[in-house]
Amino acid sequence: MKKYFSFFKLRLQMGMQYRVAALAGMATQFFWGFMLIFAYHAFYESNPDAFPMEFSALASYIWLQQAFLMLFTTWRFDNDILSMISDGGLSYELARPVSLYRMWFAKNLAMRLSEATLRFAPVLLVAILVPKPYGLSLPKSPWHLLLFLVTLVLGLLLTISFLMLIYGLSTRMLSSTGIRVFLSSVMEFLSGQIIPLPFFPDKVRFVLELLPSAGMQNVPLRIYSGDLSGAAMVRAIVLQIVWLFVFVIAGELLLRNAEKRAVLQGG
Amino acid sequence: MIHMENVVKTYRVARRNAGAKAAFKALFRREYQEIRALDSISLDISEGEIVALLGPNGAGKSTTIKILSGILYPDSGIVECNGFVPYKERMRYTREIGVVFGQRTQLFWDVPVADSFELLKDIYDISEQTFQENQQELTELLNLQELLRTPVRQLSLGQRMRCEIAGSLLHSPKILFLDEPTIGLDAVSKLAVRQFINRLNEEKHTTVILTTHDMQDVEALSKRVIMIGKGRLLLDGTIDDIRKEGESLDESLVEFYQGIEGLGKEEKS
Repeated sequence: MKKYFSFFKLRLQMGMQYRVAALAGMATQFFWGFMLIFAYHAFYESNPDAFPMEFSALASYIWLQQAFLMLFTTWRFDNDILSMISDGGLSYELARPVSLYRMWFAKNLAMRLSEATLRFAPVLLVAILVPKPYGLSLPKSPWHLLLFLVTLVLGLLLTISFLMLIYGLSTRMLSSTGIRVFLSSVMEFLSGQIIPLPFFPDKVRFVLELLPSAGMQNVPLRIYSGDLSGAAMVRAIVLQIVWLFVFVIAGELLLRNAEKRAVLQGG
Repeated sequence: MIHMENVVKTYRVARRNAGAKAAFKALFRREYQEIRALDSISLDISEGEIVALLGPNGAGKSTTIKILSGILYPDSGIVECNGFVPYKERMRYTREIGVVFGQRTQLFWDVPVADSFELLKDIYDISEQTFQENQQELTELLNLQELLRTPVRQLSLGQRMRCEIAGSLLHSPKILFLDEPTIGLDAVSKLAVRQFINRLNEEKHTTVILTTHDMQDVEALSKRVIMIGKGRLLLDGTIDDIRKEGESLDESLVEFYQGIEGLGKEEKS
């Protein structure tokens, strides 16, 4: 495991170098956060009773989503890995005593953590200063904060294990753009990145909450504000763990199979 | 040390005619052609040899190296290196080999070379002592003192190649695979690389298998030459088997390659 950890550390250090990208990202996320909150506020004004979440819980959801965007987006891929798959750079990875799956998992984890680390603090800080109910509320209790952090980690791992499936599928194709864009967009919708899951009609929501996509950002972001609690919360966490196992095993198999059928392009 | 017997490797390549109509047709029905990259190759290499694999582009040299280094699975045939079946026991086997692909880099672009070396240390589980000794020795022999602290992207190709070679030897591998190690290098760097490889082979008895298009590499390095063309083994001998009186080596080689062109035509599907 040590080798994957060292690799993770090195990638983390490398990721922390990109300051301009972080600034640009933060600016976008502030703007986007405010825009979403204004939009939802307009809905809320028109009929508060039809609103499926408390408004302050929704505001917290949005601010946390913007602050931790880089942890959960389903469209943030590692370009090194993608180009490696398409141009045959895999050679070096395979010529070493490393498992592709663990190496790439560590790489994606490091990339997302370094990007999120550079961005989240200022967004949260400002969001806390925004007046109620438009800003980020404090967590209901230290217990909620703890559960939030645990499910945040689980959600991050689940997101990465999903990407690993896409990398695995990419190894079977000459160009992976199609499948990547398609699956990322579907997941973006299903995981509550565009509209939080409580806003879906009940029957649809029931199904959506069973899917792996619900375990990504939906769970931690709603636990934080107390929107998800009790038995529903326990069920959500169990599902997170189950899906994580399923995805990791499927991804391992996919990449192991890819090692066997590898066709390395470009000499 | 290395044993290959009747190794076959084919690739499947999608083919279609040029033009929009053909492109549209290919959406529904693809035509594939099987390309035999290796067509029943057998060879044996003993410990401590330096062997050069020669052949025109697309002959199967790189495929051979990739099968021997555990990266590619052969379709059929027997491969055994140093007691391992490379593609089956990749994780254990790759600890004992070093690999340099001249056209790619194993070092991390944005960080100093020394950081990449530290990572390699953990990847290969090299003990602190061995790592320090090897790094020091390689630094001296390949003249890397100034380079270790420089980010890879700011190195010249020659400097980078020396670092790549050092990186592939930190774990004292028994076999070193070099795929076009001198490609794009200037005369001075080429000379340095050749001298170093010879020295490594003499002092540590590292088995070296290299591919190259540079006949001077071959002259300077290897007593044994294996020629591959159209996936077949055409010659296993010394450089003198290629050389003809009164011609430069390159000229002789061109004649040899032109001879290959005639081969294998009957198999085109």
